[in-house]
Amino acid sequence: MALLDVRDLSVVFTRKRARPFTAVDNVSFSVEPGQTVGLVGESGSGKSVTSLAIMGLLPKRGAEITGSVSFSDTDLLTLSEKQLRDRRGRDLGMVFQDPLSSLNPVIPIGLQITEVLERHRGMSRKQARVEAVELLGRVGLPDPGRRVSEYPHQLSGGMRQRALIAIALACRPKLLIADEPTTALDVTIQAQILALLSELVSETGTALIMITHDLGVVAGLCDEVNVMYGGRIVERAERHALFATARHPYTHGLLASIPRLDAARGDKLIPIKGSVADNIAWEEGCAFAPRCPNATDRCRNEPPELVPDGAGMLRCHNPVAVAVPEGAR
Amino acid sequence: MTGPKLLSRRKADRIDELAQGGTSLAKDALRRMASNPVAILGACIIAAFVLLAIFAPLLAPKDPFIPYPELQAQLTPTNIPGPMPGFLLGSDQNGYDFFSRLLAGARQTLIVGVGATIIGVTIGMIIGGLAGAFGGWVDTVLMRFTDILLSIPSLLLAISIAALFASGNQWTVIIAVAMVCVPVFARLLRGSMIAQRSSDHVLAATALGVRRRTIVFRHMLPNSVGPVIVQATLTLATAIIDAAALSFLGLGDTDWRRAEWGLMLGNSQDLLSVKPELAFYPAIAIIIVALGFTLLGESMREALDPKNRR
Amino acid sequence: MLRFIVRRLLQAIPTLLVLSILVFAWLRSLPGGPASALLGDKATPEKIAELNAVLGLDQPIFVQYFKFLGRILTGDFGSSLISGDSVLAEIGRAFPATIELSLAALFLAIVFGIPLGYLAARFHGRFLDNATVVTTLVGVAVPVFFLGFLLKYVFAQQLAILPPSGRQDVLIDATRITGFATLDGLLTGELDATWDAMLHLLLPAIALASIPFAVIVRITRASVLDVTGEDFVRTAESKGLTAPVIRRRHVLRNALLPVSTTIGLQTGLLLAGAVLTEKVFVWGGVGSLLEQGIERRDYPRLQALILLAALVYVLVNLLVDISYAIIDPRVRVR
Repeated sequence: MALLDVRDLSVVFTRKRARPFTAVDNVSFSVEPGQTVGLVGESGSGKSVTSLAIMGLLPKRGAEITGSVSFSDTDLLTLSEKQLRDRRGRDLGMVFQDPLSSLNPVIPIGLQITEVLERHRGMSRKQARVEAVELLGRVGLPDPGRRVSEYPHQLSGGMRQRALIAIALACRPKLLIADEPTTALDVTIQAQILALLSELVSETGTALIMITHDLGVVAGLCDEVNVMYGGRIVERAERHALFATARHPYTHGLLASIPRLDAARGDKLIPIKGSVADNIAWEEGCAFAPRCPNATDRCRNEPPELVPDGAGMLRCHNPVAVAVPEGAR
Repeated sequence: MTGPKLLSRRKADRIDELAQGGTSLAKDALRRMASNPVAILGACIIAAFVLLAIFAPLLAPKDPFIPYPELQAQLTPTNIPGPMPGFLLGSDQNGYDFFSRLLAGARQTLIVGVGATIIGVTIGMIIGGLAGAFGGWVDTVLMRFTDILLSIPSLLLAISIAALFASGNQWTVIIAVAMVCVPVFARLLRGSMIAQRSSDHVLAATALGVRRRTIVFRHMLPNSVGPVIVQATLTLATAIIDAAALSFLGLGDTDWRRAEWGLMLGNSQDLLSVKPELAFYPAIAIIIVALGFTLLGESMREALDPKNRR
Repeated sequence: MLRFIVRRLLQAIPTLLVLSILVFAWLRSLPGGPASALLGDKATPEKIAELNAVLGLDQPIFVQYFKFLGRILTGDFGSSLISGDSVLAEIGRAFPATIELSLAALFLAIVFGIPLGYLAARFHGRFLDNATVVTTLVGVAVPVFFLGFLLKYVFAQQLAILPPSGRQDVLIDATRITGFATLDGLLTGELDATWDAMLHLLLPAIALASIPFAVIVRITRASVLDVTGEDFVRTAESKGLTAPVIRRRHVLRNALLPVSTTIGLQTGLLLAGAVLTEKVFVWGGVGSLLEQGIERRDYPRLQALILLAALVYVLVNLLVDISYAIIDPRVRVR
């Protein structure tokens, strides 16, 4: 029984005097309790919008959301704003990309943790404060008793992200969504934060949706990976399968554009050419076709469907032949 | 716009636009303004005002600068003649044709507003440009000076300057009002140029060894013009209002025969119980014109603001 | 915190010093030179020469400036050409009236401006918002003194429900303690005097409040809109906090930071607007002193008033900075 089951989720942004823009297009995936699922793609692929739609954080005006998001047998999309507020922070937690701007600059870290404890766990201010210190200690903040009354600007980037994680996990949610949690951090800190996240979710049995553009992050963390392009899932695979035999040319391209130490010096990095701006509409054909080395006329004129492929799913007319990309991790 | 900030498509658009540089930005802003009804309304008001200022002598049914005996005959301390044949709005307190003077007032008001703004912008831009281009102690000294000027409430500054002249005339008003906007424009241009200085394209030009003069004139100034134009438009509104305030305080033009809305409003303050129109019509004219400049300025600011790009 | 206040106070000193130089330069460039300006109508060549010697105008310019500075620091601003009284004493007498008017106007502007700005932002793009934006745009385009005329014409002349001018009915024999007409009535228990003073205060305060009100509404609206789009508000939403908590603790607390700065900047406009409003309503405060001073070119008085205005402005902004530091922890460390 899946913890989260996203079915045919679509998000269309409508703005005055502008064409409606489909950010998420019929996306379906599910997350089992305790499982870690990756959503991978470039900026503009719709992965962040997907997560915000799950959390119910998209603006009410200007965004049309269809499909269903069942979470423990409740469709989150049908809940009232109030019911949703009762769930957010308690059953669903979220960690955002930029830890500085995601923390309120004018109130102490402590209050930002205790307010969620008071709200969902009915603690008194005093109890909540004790618990907040405890939580900050658990996410590895040195001297949590002092940090609890400090302001975000007094913490380093890594510490801020730890504090955000403490906030998101304060009520032991069943599902944590991490939206590019390491992108704004230094490389050394990135590894620490990832290690912390994976440790915490396995400790508490929390399921995790990891949103990232970095396949390196996926490699270390995720059980299953969904690769998104232009608002649709183009490939789904179990982690090892993905790295061993990426089938979609886009996934393949992502893997090939990671610099590697063990490659020979003469080997060139193979970037994916072009940018998302070159996309054609999914209704006309494969959105990736203009950038795809394998693209044929069929790709440009007939939209591919997401079909089972081995153990995973694939949306491609001309997938890469099953061959091990050189030196997959 | 409080829409989703995560639409990276918009992010990319923005960067592209920034990369395209100045001219297309201006074109873009113009295009955005052309589809903004507020901007159009503002532009129409100003166009009407300017046309009126130019053609006032042709439009005025009577000579606004001579008294008419038939009006003067009915003038008593408690009565100023209202509308009568040939005199659409009747007389003013001196037996002149009120309507013609209202029309003629457009020209004088435009001269005062534009004159003050041009002088203020020019001096302010020289100060701000020097500070922004040279930095260092030049910047410190000039900016300390403008900060002080800014710390004096603008009308009081105008009053102090106007008080320097033994008696008021059109030019004392223009100069006093102009001096008030000097520090604003100095700060604005300097701030914009400082921001430009650390921007990538200026850094690149510096790294390539382009001469400072070339950098300042070719790279920094053109990109700082937008905010200055916006502020100048908004300043035109306050200049006209400030000039009226100076007239009201008795620091304005002492030549009451000159038809200027601020002056007409200022001089009619004691006649409210006799003929309130003498105050109301010039005031309404000032409000409409000030509103026109404000609307245009604000929508320009909005159009130039990268935050509002799509 | 204390260190912050001390540092900020020290920063104000150079500002005031440079300002004194400007006023000195202003005084020197008056028509006919300072001596004849200070003497006004009473100027004769002998008197000018005498005053030049007294003022030390025959001495080097630096010496002159330091003497001028010394006189200001000891509170010697000379005596008014109009009344012959000490300028400082004159200002002291007129000051409470102006403070009372300005505070009343500021009170109105804040109490109505912040909620309206907030509501406009909350109902962004709807009727209330658009109506608010239009009102504020028109608000800044209306000359303060004309609004005064208009209010006076409608409420005092046509409807005759409010007094047209003055601070208190001449028939009311109020006891003076603080110089604040409304406060004095409360202190002495003469409630009718307070009521009357408040009726007199209403129209001028509304006129004077118009521009600060419009500015506060616009800044509050823009600031709330800005903050609503911030990441930390999204975080607060993701925590499932209730809407009132988010509004109060996360949106408003941050949105009020720029508003508080604006209020500080508005005091300058208030001082200037007070001059105009006082003239319309024959208020008899500092503005009236200034206005008479201009008419008669009473330079000692003008010089003192300009310095005073700048001093008030600098002090108010100091207060604003301090209050800013109280709400925004980031400012304290800088």
